[in-house]
Amino acid sequence: MSTDTRTYPGARQPDRFRQVNADNVGIAVYEWGRESDPVVFLVHGGSDFARTFDVFGPLIADAGWRVVTWDHRGHGDSDYAAMYSWDADIRDALAVMTSTTHAPAPVVAHSKGGALMMQLIEASPYRASRMVNIDGMPSKRRMPDVPDHDQTRLMANEIGSWLDNRHNAATAIRKPGTLVDLAARRAKMNPRLSIEWLEYLVTVGARHEADGWRWKLDPSMRFGGFGPWRPEWSALRMASLPIPFLGLLGTVDEPMGWGARARDVLPWIPQGGRLEVLEDIGHFIHIEDPQRVSKLVLDFLS
Amino acid sequence: MSTAIQTISLQHNRITLALHQLREGSGRPLLLLHGLGENAVNIASLPLSWAGPVWALDFTGHGASTVPNGGGYSAEILMADVDVALRYLGEATVLGRGLGGYIAFLIAGARPSLVRGAVIVDGPGLTGGSIHATSSSEISVAGPRVGQAPDPWALIELSRDARPPNYAVTFTHLAVAGSGIDDPIAVTCKVSPPWIEAIKAEAGVMTDITMQDALDIYAAI
Repeated sequence: MSTDTRTYPGARQPDRFRQVNADNVGIAVYEWGRESDPVVFLVHGGSDFARTFDVFGPLIADAGWRVVTWDHRGHGDSDYAAMYSWDADIRDALAVMTSTTHAPAPVVAHSKGGALMMQLIEASPYRASRMVNIDGMPSKRRMPDVPDHDQTRLMANEIGSWLDNRHNAATAIRKPGTLVDLAARRAKMNPRLSIEWLEYLVTVGARHEADGWRWKLDPSMRFGGFGPWRPEWSALRMASLPIPFLGLLGTVDEPMGWGARARDVLPWIPQGGRLEVLEDIGHFIHIEDPQRVSKLVLDFLS
Repeated sequence: MSTAIQTISLQHNRITLALHQLREGSGRPLLLLHGLGENAVNIASLPLSWAGPVWALDFTGHGASTVPNGGGYSAEILMADVDVALRYLGEATVLGRGLGGYIAFLIAGARPSLVRGAVIVDGPGLTGGSIHATSSSEISVAGPRVGQAPDPWALIELSRDARPPNYAVTFTHLAVAGSGIDDPIAVTCKVSPPWIEAIKAEAGVMTDITMQDALDIYAAI
């Protein structure tokens, strides 16, 4: 095998690629399945990208769906932006949806994508017919055993660090490495995913340049952050969703997970919705067990 | 900017910020922050007395600063604009009108060792949006003025950004704990949205004071 190509069992490149202009920010859109089939939208999480659906997407498409997904701004092959926010991500999503169909369609969304879509659907319920939220349901847990004065100090450090990062953002570049290096780095955030999968992700989520591979994710973006947003706001939106709802939750915490437990989420499941808890599985439920999750999703969509 | 002695370009990620020097002077600088939809020219006319140099910043999407594509504004990003200006100016007293008042307040908590007093003055964008979760609006186009200052996305997003009182109170605590100033915040505005009401009840916040009196107190520090 060449040093810069990888394949992965079941992974299939999208059947179609297009770009949507979202208020002068180019959004990369990918599709699997026949264009005449009913539409379902897949939405990735923070720091991820659409091609992480390269196994899961085809499983849905092969069951008779036109699967449409996109890279959020600053992710994958979408444009870098000067600023990032949830409202901007939601506008970009609306641009992709509008470019695809004006009819309500099912939405399957992971992690931050799940929370984004709950906000979009709560504001524009006519856009979605059903929702599957894969571990994107908020938890209100927050350092309950840390005294108030230490909470203040932690926040001061967090804000100072974020501001320092903004100073360096203009000149930030991602560290290059070999394909194996990048997969090993990502494994720290995705400890439950196989190295073969992560090496495959490098070939679709990173660029090969003269001095090595670099993840495409905008280097000015920073994981985590602070602000006025409160997790319970997402819970309120979830409870308000007026469409059939399926929540999927793993039981194993991971660095990129939200730490939500069934007991946190259940009180906020919308009327008529249901929550499935999958034992011994982490945050990337649809990647760890694509066969089982695609079956759950297809049953729900049917 | 016609009223400026000089204008400095500063880089904040992909944005070039315009920082205007309005007056010369000796001692600590005073940094003026304009309201929502305004620019440094508007706040330059504010009648005030300050012995040191006086500067005014155009926020992202305003005045002579870059108008970016696709919005994505938050008060925290504008706070980072001010942080870039403070890295150039060093320690400063910050006075903000309207939205600029909220940003002055935030940076006082975020960089308490650099901000020697933050003065909040009435003006556009002081209130902000809700204090809790609300339904979003399906606004996906900003109209024909896209790309021009003031950026329509700034007007849309920064007039509805959430400002929960407990979030504001946290920044008050940060300012008090980190500045070494007894009262690092001065509320001089008549308008009193929930975030202002909340901080007025906290230690370290001067109320019932005029803008000039607050400036005189901070000038003496």
